[in-house]
Amino acid sequence: MSAVPTSEGAAPAPAHKLAFFPREDGSRVPYEVFSSQEIYDLEQERIFRGPTWSFLALEAEIPKPGDYKSTFVGDTPVVVTRSEDGELAAWVNRCSHRGAMVCRNARGNASSHSCVYHQWSFDQRGNLLGVPFRRGQKHMTGMPKDFDPKCHSLRQLKVESYRGLVFATFSDEAPTLPDYLGNEMRPWVDRIFHKPVEYLGCTRQYSQSNWKLYYENVKDPYHASMLHLFHTTFNIFRVGMHARSLPDATHGLHSIITVTKNEEETSAAYKQQGIRSMDDGFRLEDESVLGHVKEYDELTTNHIQTIFPQLVIQQIHNTLVARQLLPKGPDNFELIFHFFGYTDDTPELRELRLKQANLVGPAGYISMEDTEATELVQRGTRRDPKATSVIEMARDNPGQQDSNITESLIRRFWVGYQQLMGF
Amino acid sequence: MDKMEQMLLWFELHSLQERYVSVLDNDRLEEWPTLFTEDCEYGVIPKENEDMGLPVGVIWCNNQRMLRDRVVSLRHANIFEAHSYRHMTSGLQITPVDADTVDMLSNYVVVQTRANGESQVYQAGRYEDRVVRTAEGWRFQKKRAIFDTSRVQTLLATPI
Repeated sequence: MSAVPTSEGAAPAPAHKLAFFPREDGSRVPYEVFSSQEIYDLEQERIFRGPTWSFLALEAEIPKPGDYKSTFVGDTPVVVTRSEDGELAAWVNRCSHRGAMVCRNARGNASSHSCVYHQWSFDQRGNLLGVPFRRGQKHMTGMPKDFDPKCHSLRQLKVESYRGLVFATFSDEAPTLPDYLGNEMRPWVDRIFHKPVEYLGCTRQYSQSNWKLYYENVKDPYHASMLHLFHTTFNIFRVGMHARSLPDATHGLHSIITVTKNEEETSAAYKQQGIRSMDDGFRLEDESVLGHVKEYDELTTNHIQTIFPQLVIQQIHNTLVARQLLPKGPDNFELIFHFFGYTDDTPELRELRLKQANLVGPAGYISMEDTEATELVQRGTRRDPKATSVIEMARDNPGQQDSNITESLIRRFWVGYQQLMGF
Repeated sequence: MDKMEQMLLWFELHSLQERYVSVLDNDRLEEWPTLFTEDCEYGVIPKENEDMGLPVGVIWCNNQRMLRDRVVSLRHANIFEAHSYRHMTSGLQITPVDADTVDMLSNYVVVQTRANGESQVYQAGRYEDRVVRTAEGWRFQKKRAIFDTSRVQTLLATPI
């Protein structure tokens, strides 16, 4: 018998929560959510295998029957394919026999997929096609009589596409994809994906920080002119801008931030400030990197839209990107920038998109600092899991949506996160 | 081209490559654009895009002014951790196109050292260059750094 009193017979302790958020409005976030392995593992279960839809690919990446791409839902390796009938499918990249990864290529085209270990083969949807020596050979026995190939498919995910964006879910509880995107977000997805797109390639970036720090970053219009000094350094005045910061109404996990030029005010205001901008400081020798061909109803320079948990849709000037955010353990994430244009781009517009790719991605003039900032937070908070951040900007005006000096979207995100995680 | 001319050409282009590397590795970024022609093209491109014939890179400039803009931005606008590069190059192949134009192919490895003093292989890849003879000497008309390394650690500030 131990001398230490036990809780046996006493009232059960309150359910243990891995993280304690001291306020209900998301304005205080315990730093342990950025470094705890236990919380990370629970996120894989409740978020990435929970009732959410994870972005996998643009349909334009896998246009032909048999095309496939290896990717992830959370940190689970999955393969997204287009089958012979043109439909989309996705399966966990783990052989149903002994667990080896079946698909070893990043991308390709195949009518079937075989595991190299014992040559079990699967169709494009992940159904088991064949098992070598299933019926044995000569006096050697083969698989048991009750072996049913139909019971040994690869684990298949539910896949849906919305306007060429391919999502998958592990969960039967997830709403339909359009309902998941919600009424507030769909018009903004429609805005970018209103006509067929062409995939232009990707850039990949790895950050030694927690994936949610990047989510905070893309819901944080407050940092934009503080951390990213490109516009100010080159005296590029952004006057007459109209801002939006909108969450989705269901759970607050999705959001959109826009910055839009008021076309009438802009030219006059620029002229007024022209003298000052000539005075001092630096000027770009080639300003086409910030050129802007109007493509949509309003002249929005920045459209940053998060679709939880692993997509950020971005339009900055004429550069269009679907950013895929992939957690790699509590301390790392990968960010994949999928660049695209429209199939009907003129050669001039296509060149402008490629030139403006210099603005974003790992070497982007107005984005390279983001991963630097998230790494600073990771390093700064690791030793103090119970301490919290202070997320107060515009807290007194929670309904305001026409501002970019606000942290309201971050607070909404954490409230939604707590609900999903049971914190 | 006789043997002496070949040796001279190899010597001149090898010197250009060594100067290019020295400029980047010893924080003389302002000299970097001067090694290119005014109508140059410079790109840092993931191999996975290059292999698929896709155009996107992490940096893409199609004139020398854009190179100067990048240097000014790095010096005065962008925020990143202090770091240094050491380029190792090998396998230089030289293919003359005409008397004043040569294609070059070589390998590179960039070891990056960040503020904490740790050195890591930051990027491995190949240079595909076109150089032209100018009044100032050989200059890059085209330089494409096609990197095998699948992802960029944290960020890419200093050119490759």
